[in-house]
Amino acid sequence: MLSRTLRAAPLRSRLVSHAGASRAISASPIARGVQEITRPAIETPLSLWNFTEEENMLRETVKRFAEEVVGPRAHDMDEKEMMDPEVIQGLFDNGLMGIETPADLSGSECSFTSAIIAVEELARVDPSVAVLCDVHNTLVNTVLRLYGSKEIQEKWLPDLATSKVGSFCLTEPNAGSDAFALQTTAKLDKSGDFYVLNGSKCWISNSGEAETFLVFANVDPSKGYKGITCFALSKDMGVEIAKKEKKVSRARLDRVDASSGSDRLPRASCHSTTSRSPRRTSSERSARATRWVRRRHMSDGQIAIEILNEGRIGIAAQMIGLAQGAFDHAVGYAYQRKQFGKLVGDFQKMGHDFAEAAIKIEAARLLTYNAARLKEEGRPFTQQAAMAKYYASVIAQEVSGAAIEWTGGVGFTRDLPLEKFWRDSKIGGSPRWRNGAGLRSGADKSGAIYEGTNNIQLETIAKLIRKEYVQ
Amino acid sequence: MRPTLPSLINVLVPVKRSIDYAVKIRIASDGKGVDTNVKHSMNPFDEIAVEEAIRLREKDPKLVTSITALSIGPAKAVDTIRTALAMGADSGIHITVPDNTVVEPISVAHAIKKVIEKNKYELVIMGKQAIDDDSGSTGGMLAGMLNWGQASFASKLQVGQEGKVQVTREIDGGLEVLEGKLPMIVTTDLRLNGENSYPLPAVAKRTLSADPTDSSEPRYASLPNIMKAKKKKIETLKPEDLGLDFTPRLETVSVSEPAKRTGGGKVENVDELVAKLKEAALL
Repeated sequence: MLSRTLRAAPLRSRLVSHAGASRAISASPIARGVQEITRPAIETPLSLWNFTEEENMLRETVKRFAEEVVGPRAHDMDEKEMMDPEVIQGLFDNGLMGIETPADLSGSECSFTSAIIAVEELARVDPSVAVLCDVHNTLVNTVLRLYGSKEIQEKWLPDLATSKVGSFCLTEPNAGSDAFALQTTAKLDKSGDFYVLNGSKCWISNSGEAETFLVFANVDPSKGYKGITCFALSKDMGVEIAKKEKKVSRARLDRVDASSGSDRLPRASCHSTTSRSPRRTSSERSARATRWVRRRHMSDGQIAIEILNEGRIGIAAQMIGLAQGAFDHAVGYAYQRKQFGKLVGDFQKMGHDFAEAAIKIEAARLLTYNAARLKEEGRPFTQQAAMAKYYASVIAQEVSGAAIEWTGGVGFTRDLPLEKFWRDSKIGGSPRWRNGAGLRSGADKSGAIYEGTNNIQLETIAKLIRKEYVQ
Repeated sequence: MRPTLPSLINVLVPVKRSIDYAVKIRIASDGKGVDTNVKHSMNPFDEIAVEEAIRLREKDPKLVTSITALSIGPAKAVDTIRTALAMGADSGIHITVPDNTVVEPISVAHAIKKVIEKNKYELVIMGKQAIDDDSGSTGGMLAGMLNWGQASFASKLQVGQEGKVQVTREIDGGLEVLEGKLPMIVTTDLRLNGENSYPLPAVAKRTLSADPTDSSEPRYASLPNIMKAKKKKIETLKPEDLGLDFTPRLETVSVSEPAKRTGGGKVENVDELVAKLKEAALL
């Protein structure tokens, strides 16, 4: 009976507000907007610590891969500011680059939550590798999977799942926060056989490793953002990765972002001035098809933003993995080192610090997995994703920062991975990671990276709250 | 040229769900066992056995008809079977017992024998021991019960035409090569999966974190294979279905931790050292 009542309430209020009747009722707090998440009653509700058998096995695989293959190379990759090819090959070999891609397109055909688990476990060991995997899966693959025609999917997804790293090229020097202002143009050649793309992109993750690029460009600037279209390009179509930044424009660029001036900010330009290929087999053309095959009413700019919504959950997963990784290292250390004749961790203040950090990580994890499950269930999750991203990135920075203090001097050195965890936690809030944050705020200045993005999470949440309550 | 008939082998790989190799073992409160409320995974030696069975097939797809993973254990042992399936085994058999049931090696051997009699297998590849009880006796007992040939602690396994098996074992100061015919029981040593000379063993590698690029390690269950494993069949049996009785013959009287190491001291010079040793009556 109880469940019935719970379900009935929002339904009634929705009907009422739709009909525009009874101001008194629609003004009451019960009268929520259409974004309201329903609360279906089920026999035995489960905790958020429940996973499917496959998800548990997958976590085990990723964990082993992270510890045995990524871990021993993490320090070197950080110093050299580049990915080890064996790590990337390992990601492909273990099916981590096509997590949600259908099996008949060489993918793993796992759930969205599986992708989240993979990102979390990778981030525990190396957040940079986690980001590479996250961008590749939750942005590049997802755009093609959700919006590409069958033909496009067959053309691009198998390679992305087995051998080619993908990169999502939206942001431009003058269109970071305001993505719709992008200036890259796509013009149909006189022959009408191919498009020529002109423009440059910056702060593009995976650009160093990528062979496949999803590039957003405007086919008709007179239509404003409605002219924005997504093109799939392979590197040999004339994509240039700016040389100067090449050495820093890796997933390893985290450090640069976090600690140096804007003149050294990583920048990977996808100058594709001469991208051309013949009609029909043209990837540009087929990429363009993404625009009308499935969602005629939606411009690709909107696609980009919609994808970014679920990408936030991936970033949240990266952040909880990062926080847990830093926590594991630092707490382990504190229970080995002795000062004043006892273990450092046994000082009461330390124990309480650990407890507080553990609470934060747990809370962030619950927010993240809840958002992932909502998305998987096909229910509204924008607000929950923004909350998860906001909170996880805040606590990741707090916990990884505290972890350095718990370990004292050695935590400040590069001998322990803690300072890298902390650097990477900063990026969690960076618009470079395309979190929806960057899209509408003017906060992509290096000094305000973190606050800016989280301000936008707040903005997103606030807008949804307003929608529910404003009369 | 006379065509040689390929010997089609059905491989049985018994796998045990044991406490994970990385878990710190704690004595249970009753002092008669260890705390089992910890992470479990497939016994590493059994993982090597699964890997070897898959490699046999990969080397010659015509040689191996089927690979079956068998586990005796509580409901959760199905995870262990599923892992074997995700690595590449074809099907599983699960003999279920209630939680915390102790199944002694002789009972395990009896059970495997019954399964072999029920189905048809020509080769059993199994871990030389489980890392939890370290009994290391199931393989030998099973070979005795079946009157099959056995090659224990194999570091290299080759199966040739017409059921000829060559097994290399590491013995003190060298290698021993055995030859036999199927059907046969082979138990795995650490180095079995290593293709070349002496790559580091899988278990040792994990605990010692040696070179991760070594290919001797049993494979991960990759994501696509995990999803495929979901569709593979696991037959569930009860001990009674096979006429088995797992009542233990042994009683564990007590389990205790090794004596704690007492800290050493530092000496300034040789004289002091000699004095200390004399004091401790060691000289």
